[in-house]
Amino acid sequence: MSKPVSSQRSPSPEDRDRKLTNTEVGLNGAGLVEMADAATVASTDGMGTVGASPIAGVGAPTGVTGRLRDVWRVMTANRKATFGICMVAVFILVAIIGPFFVHTDPNDLSSDILQPPSAAHWLGTTQTGQDIFAQLMIGTRSSIVWGLVTGVAVTCLSVVIGLTAGYFGGATDDIISLFINIFLVLPGLPLAIVIGSYSPVKGPVTVAVVLLITSWSFNARVLRSQTLSLRKRDFVEAARASGETHLRIIFYEILPNEIALVVAGLIGTIVYVILAAATLDFLGLGTATQVDWGTMLYWAQNNDALLLGAWWWFVPPGLCIALIGTALALINYGIDEVANPRLRSTKPKTNTMKIKKAVA
Amino acid sequence: MATSVRTSDTLLEVKHINVDYLAANGTVHAVNKVSFKLGRGEILGLAGESGSGKSTLAYAIARLLRPPAEITGGEVLYYPRLHEGKEGQSLVTTTDFARGAKRGSAKASENGHENEVIDVLQLTPAELRAFRWNELSIVFQSAMNALNPVMKIGTQITDVLQTHRPDLGPDSRKQRAAELLRLVGISPDRLNSYPHELSGGMRQRAIIAIALALRPEMIIMDEPTTALDVVVQREILELVSGLCREFGMTMIFITHDLSLLLELADRIAIMYAGKLVEMGASKELLMHPRHPYSYGLLNSFPTIHGPRRKMSGIPGYPPDLRAVPPGCPFNPRCPLVFGECHTVVPELRSATPENPEQIVACHLYDPRFHEGIPSTADIAAEYDKLAERSTAR
Amino acid sequence: MSTQNSSTPVIDRPESSGAILEAEHLRKVFPVRQFRLFGPPLGVQAVEDASLALYPGRATALVGESGSGKSTIARMLARLYDPTSGTIRFRGEPVKLSGGARAMRAYRRHIQMVFQDPFSSLNPVHDVRYHLSRPLRLYGHARTNAEVTQQVLELLNRVSLSPAEQFIQKYPYQLSGGQRQRVAVARALAARPEVLLADEPVSMLDVSIRLDILNLMLRLKDEEQLALLFITHDIASARYFAEETLVMYAGQTVEGGPSDEVIQKPKHPYTQLLISAAPDSDRIKEGKHATLPARGEIPSLIRPPSGCRFHPRCPHAMPICKERFPKRTDLGGGHWTNCFLYGDGGTNLEQSLITVSKPPTKTEMSGQEKSE
Repeated sequence: MSKPVSSQRSPSPEDRDRKLTNTEVGLNGAGLVEMADAATVASTDGMGTVGASPIAGVGAPTGVTGRLRDVWRVMTANRKATFGICMVAVFILVAIIGPFFVHTDPNDLSSDILQPPSAAHWLGTTQTGQDIFAQLMIGTRSSIVWGLVTGVAVTCLSVVIGLTAGYFGGATDDIISLFINIFLVLPGLPLAIVIGSYSPVKGPVTVAVVLLITSWSFNARVLRSQTLSLRKRDFVEAARASGETHLRIIFYEILPNEIALVVAGLIGTIVYVILAAATLDFLGLGTATQVDWGTMLYWAQNNDALLLGAWWWFVPPGLCIALIGTALALINYGIDEVANPRLRSTKPKTNTMKIKKAVA
Repeated sequence: MATSVRTSDTLLEVKHINVDYLAANGTVHAVNKVSFKLGRGEILGLAGESGSGKSTLAYAIARLLRPPAEITGGEVLYYPRLHEGKEGQSLVTTTDFARGAKRGSAKASENGHENEVIDVLQLTPAELRAFRWNELSIVFQSAMNALNPVMKIGTQITDVLQTHRPDLGPDSRKQRAAELLRLVGISPDRLNSYPHELSGGMRQRAIIAIALALRPEMIIMDEPTTALDVVVQREILELVSGLCREFGMTMIFITHDLSLLLELADRIAIMYAGKLVEMGASKELLMHPRHPYSYGLLNSFPTIHGPRRKMSGIPGYPPDLRAVPPGCPFNPRCPLVFGECHTVVPELRSATPENPEQIVACHLYDPRFHEGIPSTADIAAEYDKLAERSTAR
Repeated sequence: MSTQNSSTPVIDRPESSGAILEAEHLRKVFPVRQFRLFGPPLGVQAVEDASLALYPGRATALVGESGSGKSTIARMLARLYDPTSGTIRFRGEPVKLSGGARAMRAYRRHIQMVFQDPFSSLNPVHDVRYHLSRPLRLYGHARTNAEVTQQVLELLNRVSLSPAEQFIQKYPYQLSGGQRQRVAVARALAARPEVLLADEPVSMLDVSIRLDILNLMLRLKDEEQLALLFITHDIASARYFAEETLVMYAGQTVEGGPSDEVIQKPKHPYTQLLISAAPDSDRIKEGKHATLPARGEIPSLIRPPSGCRFHPRCPHAMPICKERFPKRTDLGGGHWTNCFLYGDGGTNLEQSLITVSKPPTKTEMSGQEKSE
């Protein structure tokens, strides 16, 4: 028999609660969850999910400026995130000022072949006498800058595609979803390798473009689902009823509510891009004169550094990749824990709470 | 204190319960020294708006509060029904249940005493588990979401039976589940349906069936009909009151919609900002609301029949529990406010000598502060003046 | 005690005189996106043949339970959905259902909507000033920042959010439900509409402040001569608020007319059911209990019952009720109903019940005037 219509009035305060938990736990519409103080808890009578404690879930979202302040406050309070931020800061510092400490051209050949670290060459030399420390300093800047640029580009692309698909729905959504799904299914890195190897031009730009093509789909899908649920919220209907244009609604009404997701996605993408770029370079898709972590590993591999025991050649770049990956992941965990308080391992000072009913 | 209207013995006695929410920036008193007695077989309606603490109170009684909510004082005394030596028929099949065996040490030290007392707040987790659902069951607010969407209704009922009554075999469990569904007006062939196949009203009935599975002495219903349509709501209310009368169950019915309680409840308690402000028989309350808030609340419902007139509800906003005003928490909104209301917190007292069962926490009825006892007409007059003033706005 | 503003006595108005917004024979079917191997595509028959008219300075209530289609009608009137069939007329001119963004905006300048949920109808990341400034800018009522600020403050004062300077920079999470709803009303007013559609504006607010918000809307209606559509499930508040009431069931309009008429003398069995189910303090005072004349639940709208959708639950159902939906019968004084008990079209000024014992044959029922 056909599904009966529920005798529920739509929507009741309970429906609103359910909407809140679906869209806002973990990925709060307004970005981050406010650590609701007890009054919000108590003034709404403190009731929450069935059978469980009355206190659960999500608190009231904060405004934009409040959110930034909250981000800062929470990031510094969360040990993981702080550590991550410090590490990333170190790398960025090195990327900016590192090359000023380098007095030799990293590509300069010299006669010190495969020297372990010493006073003259702080990280030793390569097979062709190039100073590894110099390479690392220059390479860090290159890797990080390209990682950042590509990460931002990929995120922008996924934002545009995901939001468009989620907002317009219908046939547009169907077509775009088809593309998203295709690109999701295609294995990213192998595809990147294949495209990269066929590309006539090699170099960091190629790597960037290839990664752009292959890694936008994941975040696009996430943003699409978030947009789909935000789309149904009354304020979007209200904006439509007010006569706002679609573009305005997408970028001024919906996007600000998804900033947390976008930032988390950006950081995750940067991690992936740095690693993937290093991989592609390692596989030889960079140019000969390019210096970054991946190419360093490529040359190390090609010249059998491992066999020769020249650890000073591949350990520094490898370590850098690992460290920055870890640091960015920690930042992401920090954001997650803020957005979804259930993930916190330490007992928070205050608890967050689901709004049950309209307070007058 | 008011005694039960229906039967002569008390089932539940709540004494000076305090529930606080502890937070970094201060403590909020969600429930503030609330006391009342609940008689066996009585239906108590607990009414209030946001911030009144009614749901918090119910959860405190059932010990379902989690941090940062904490019960910081008071007792919840429960007088269980004895199954030996009880004269008269027991409408509840207590003999079916091996209650004594389960409770074990839950009995108070007085053995063989006429009325054994259990302080619910002192029960150990094991005792609490036995207490819950056998003696006290709860129908939660989003009850329709309480059903597990991937389990059939029948399974959910038999689960409860399995946990609490291991002596029943699977066939008798199924039989009992079918019985329960029939009791609430669902045909037993729905045992094999999933929750999404039932309408909202039927899901609510299913929840009530689960709550009744062990024939508890007391049921707490927290806004069970809020999300339902008017007609279904009426049907559920009829069902609930029928069941209560049939099985002599005691019930606390919590709602923000006072109009439902007027027909359903024997006694009504109205809460505001965590305090009990008025309590009395529902008919009395309807005819003669004593507290200005009660009057205002009753007067916030437009009538279907009767003259159409300008109504204004209650001015102001429900209280912010972070910043409760000194004295009577209702004083910023009260049209009959006077001096002492801003300084002295009113205590519950009988409103009129003729009707001591109706108690109210208002200085208007305190001979120390106010001469004479205002009638409902006086309160009505003040509210009407307010309505006049608001039209000019 | 002051009595409610009584507006012009209800007389049989000639069609569409002075009506600012009219809907005629609106129908809405939502497609169900499901892959079906056999049979025609499924759809949710949300609204079937609804007609109503809104007049300046008058409030009309649309009463119904869930699934009645009342919100859908409001959204069709606000052009948030497009009707599957039927016409909408604004000031007598049919509204073209196409025309792009410019036409939409021109339409929405006149028709604004207030939503049910005060928590989600305001964007959490924007402050009050932003919410109110958008319509002001969009419709060209203010251009410079100074103008915007001044008008926003004015709007806040009109909805009694004082001191306005304090409220202007607050974010929604800092406001209570009632305050948010006032901001929503202010936002609707910012466009300077002629019609205000309020979709259950007070259902999610605390009881004691509902009347405040309703009184605010009534005051604005009088001041601006707005045409108000008040959607609610609570028939008592419909009576308080609106001069005219329309009752809907499962997507069909079943009864309508002056509020007091419809509520004191309900004709359609569904209206009678609604009224008997509503809490009534007078009845309680007299010690009477409510008796529900019908049971059952609202039907699914994907495969709704044929003919009159109330027939499975109606205590007076006749064989013809299953066959088709009755035409509107005029009961005099602006009161009408769609029920075969009173006729099938035409007028029935004595409002007499067609006797149920003798089920009328098809020929008898085909739109003739009846009085017994």
